[in-house]
Amino acid sequence: MNSEWLLALVGGAIIGIAASMFLLLNGRIAGVSGILSGIFKNDTMNRGWRIAFVLGLVAGGFVMSLFLPPAFPVDTQKSFTLIAVAGLLVGFGTNLSGGCTSGHGVCGISRLSKRSIVATLTFISAGIVTVALMRWALMTQVTAS
Amino acid sequence: MGFNDTGDCIMSSKVAASFVIGFIFAVGLALAGMTLPGKVIGFLDVFGQWDPSLMFVMIGAIGVHAIAYRLIRRRSTPLLDTKFFDPEKTGVTGRLIFGAAIFGIGWGLGGYCPGPAITSLGARLMEPAIFVVAMIAGMILAQLFMTAVSKRKPI
Repeated sequence: MNSEWLLALVGGAIIGIAASMFLLLNGRIAGVSGILSGIFKNDTMNRGWRIAFVLGLVAGGFVMSLFLPPAFPVDTQKSFTLIAVAGLLVGFGTNLSGGCTSGHGVCGISRLSKRSIVATLTFISAGIVTVALMRWALMTQVTAS
Repeated sequence: MGFNDTGDCIMSSKVAASFVIGFIFAVGLALAGMTLPGKVIGFLDVFGQWDPSLMFVMIGAIGVHAIAYRLIRRRSTPLLDTKFFDPEKTGVTGRLIFGAAIFGIGWGLGGYCPGPAITSLGARLMEPAIFVVAMIAGMILAQLFMTAVSKRKPI
């Protein structure tokens, strides 16, 4: 097993521990898209811990960027328009399907939720098709020029 | 100000717990390589140069949580709240599949899903900042869209 795979496994286990702590303490599914979108709902009672979770993510990212810089990308090759479109689709889609990689992919599959298994298979398949189409478009462009 | 009221105290413990858990979550995401969009796209690139490492993230996370979930749910209540909040059991709907497909397209295009994108804000990069702003706009649009649809006909 190479070191990248081992790091992925360890990182995954830490994500699993965080999700378990969230369930044990707060009694909720650790779904990032739901926690984030809830901030913008008219639910002031639950706004505090949602914001705290998001700030915790940012703080964790900040500390990791100091101790493990290779965990983050250096150069941006993508256009900002593409990134904005991607963000819009991710926000819209996760809100409709009620979860993302954490809520459906990790927590839902762990609970053997049928909805989450279907959602996860769907978003991974859609991602695979999208990347394949982008690769194809890029190759056509290179061949044409 | 002070924690005279038990409710206040539990509320602030919940806020503190959420911050710490968010922090741990981010450490896991960054260690796992989820904050590298190139790596995520490599994982989705099964017809090209497939990078299987993110499969191990899922194995690690689900492996731990599947066991912990069952142990924790033996309790009647969580530690800082009065009940467990289970997701609504609405079954597999068109909305679920349509939304997941839209999410997957965005994930493949950008290489970011919500958790790693927010985590990367801490690394002070331009790309995730644009992504997160657009993602929040997408979430608000989806809310408006669903409100409009539900006014037209009951789902």
